[in-house]
Amino acid sequence: MISGDVMIRLDRVSKHYPGQPAPAVAELSLDVPAGEIVVLLGPSGCGKTTTLRLINRLIEPSAGRILVDGEDVTRVDPDRLRRRIGYVIQQVGLFPHMTVAENIGLVPRALGWDRARIRARVDELLDLVGLSPETYRRRYPKHLSGGEQQRVGVARALAADPPVMLMDEPFGAIDPITRERLQDELLDLQARIRKTIVLVTHDVAEAVKLGDRIALFEPHARLAQYDRPAAILAEPANDFVASFVGSGAALRGLRLERVGALALEPVEVVRPGAAAVDRSARAVLLDDAGRPVRWASAGSRGAAGVAVVRTEDSVYDALDAMVRARDDAALVLDAHGDPVGALSWSTVVRRHPAGDSSPAPSFGDAR
Amino acid sequence: MSFADYLGQRWPVIGVLAVQHAEMVLIAVAVAAAIGVGVGIVVEGHPRASRVALNITGTMLTIPSFALFGLLIPVLGLGAPPAIAALVLYAIFPVLRNTVTGLASVPGAVEDAARGMGLSRWARLRLVRLPLAWPVVLTGVRVATIMTVAIAAIAAGVSGPGLGQLIFGGLARIGGANALNDALAGTLGVAVLALALDLLFVALSRLTTSRGLG
Ligand SMILES: Nc1ncnc2c1ncn2[C@@H]1O[C@H](COP(=O)(O)OP(=O)(O)O)[C@@H](O)[C@H]1O
Ligand SMILES: [Mg+2]
Repeated sequence: MISGDVMIRLDRVSKHYPGQPAPAVAELSLDVPAGEIVVLLGPSGCGKTTTLRLINRLIEPSAGRILVDGEDVTRVDPDRLRRRIGYVIQQVGLFPHMTVAENIGLVPRALGWDRARIRARVDELLDLVGLSPETYRRRYPKHLSGGEQQRVGVARALAADPPVMLMDEPFGAIDPITRERLQDELLDLQARIRKTIVLVTHDVAEAVKLGDRIALFEPHARLAQYDRPAAILAEPANDFVASFVGSGAALRGLRLERVGALALEPVEVVRPGAAAVDRSARAVLLDDAGRPVRWASAGSRGAAGVAVVRTEDSVYDALDAMVRARDDAALVLDAHGDPVGALSWSTVVRRHPAGDSSPAPSFGDAR
Repeated sequence: MSFADYLGQRWPVIGVLAVQHAEMVLIAVAVAAAIGVGVGIVVEGHPRASRVALNITGTMLTIPSFALFGLLIPVLGLGAPPAIAALVLYAIFPVLRNTVTGLASVPGAVEDAARGMGLSRWARLRLVRLPLAWPVVLTGVRVATIMTVAIAAIAAGVSGPGLGQLIFGGLARIGGANALNDALAGTLGVAVLALALDLLFVALSRLTTSRGLG
């Protein structure tokens, strides 16, 4: 099912905590492809954290094999293994007696880098996570907000440029608005650094947003479904998956589809002073600056202006814009801001893909 | 002779005794700190071992100091050695207790992050856990010092050095010339020395504690 390189392979891994009647992880097999974000999703206590900590040997498996980059982790010195695996936790765990720069530079220091190289790396990482080095380098953790602490936590995990990152509910303790921003930043970051990331969450929305793939766990880390987010939302493998992703699954799936992938209706552009010509098409009136003002034709009347979206926006965003404009269609602009058509409510509901020239989105394939 | 005249005349002697006293205390505390921190590092995280170590060193504190000094004479003779040895035995407990407490109070998430980034046991201790426990450890050393300054006065009973000689000497000759002044000077000297060492520790704590803590 997975093409390309496997960075992490769990092979019938089990973990039995002493004194517990049932195993926390029971015969789990899972391949994590290189350069992807795989989200471990499931209810509390289902074994997500245990699975994550098996990978960097903070927990030793009771049975099975774990390979990282082809190497059996139990054959490697755990400290050396962990320096190649970034680790980010919900409580961040910054060292309170060290400045931001010292926190980030600790692993490079342990690796024996010289001062100048550590300094340069610290500044580079602060820039990467969106914190200005001048402002933050010398601060102590107690003078950082929750969001800033987690950014520093990510920078620290990236310090020695590990190919793999493990993140355990990294945004779980952060307010919703900042959480959204940090999620967006993580995706931007990942687009640049292409790490292999295993991220734990119990939040379906977060999993769908961040995951290239989602591993949905039942209790005892039994794999209920391992697939692309769109597939999990659209074709849940069983009742457990269906009930876990919940009643909002269909709407959530729309976040994963682009407006440009759907069939658009033609739109006639009417400049100030001109009259609409083609009565069969929708016509939109522009102002002097070329901005859409309202629909000219009678067929569609947005009570609150024109809903405007871009081809790269999600279908979810388009529906949101339509509801806010109290209209049943949205004007679609291309990357240059020129109108290319209209997306109607019924197109979304019936999901007509665009013509042959522009293929339907295919979430089952690798990018 | 008034106390003021007495001080004016005898301050060089009092000063020498105070320095002896301080030396005895600081040597004892340094040795006790090394033992207390060392044992604390070894037993921390092992509840049984911690309890045993704390019980043994805590019991030392219940032995009357005069008795302990006396018990050490057959082994170490008279003078400074039995005095310092006894002080060490008393001073270990506060240091050990605070070392165990300080190391145990390192937040789990910090320890987890340190382990997760591949710091060895030793590196975690040196770079993370001891620096975080440091203010608490230092408080233990400070308590040990103040306590020891007072107990050290009894050392004169085994011919130990220090301000205790003034106190014991004075009390033995009570009614004689300057007997009361000697006892008073010794007692006040102990109090002043304790205060001075306390201030020293406050300064030391300020200088050696990260600004990120507290
Ligand atoms: N150190 C431990 N000792 C004993 N049981 C544990 C330990 N850690 C976790 N467990 C148990 O293992 C199961 C899985 O826990 P965990 O991996 O933390 O789940 P999740 O991260 O999905 O919430 C739970 O039943 C939990 O109580
Ligand atoms: Mg967990």
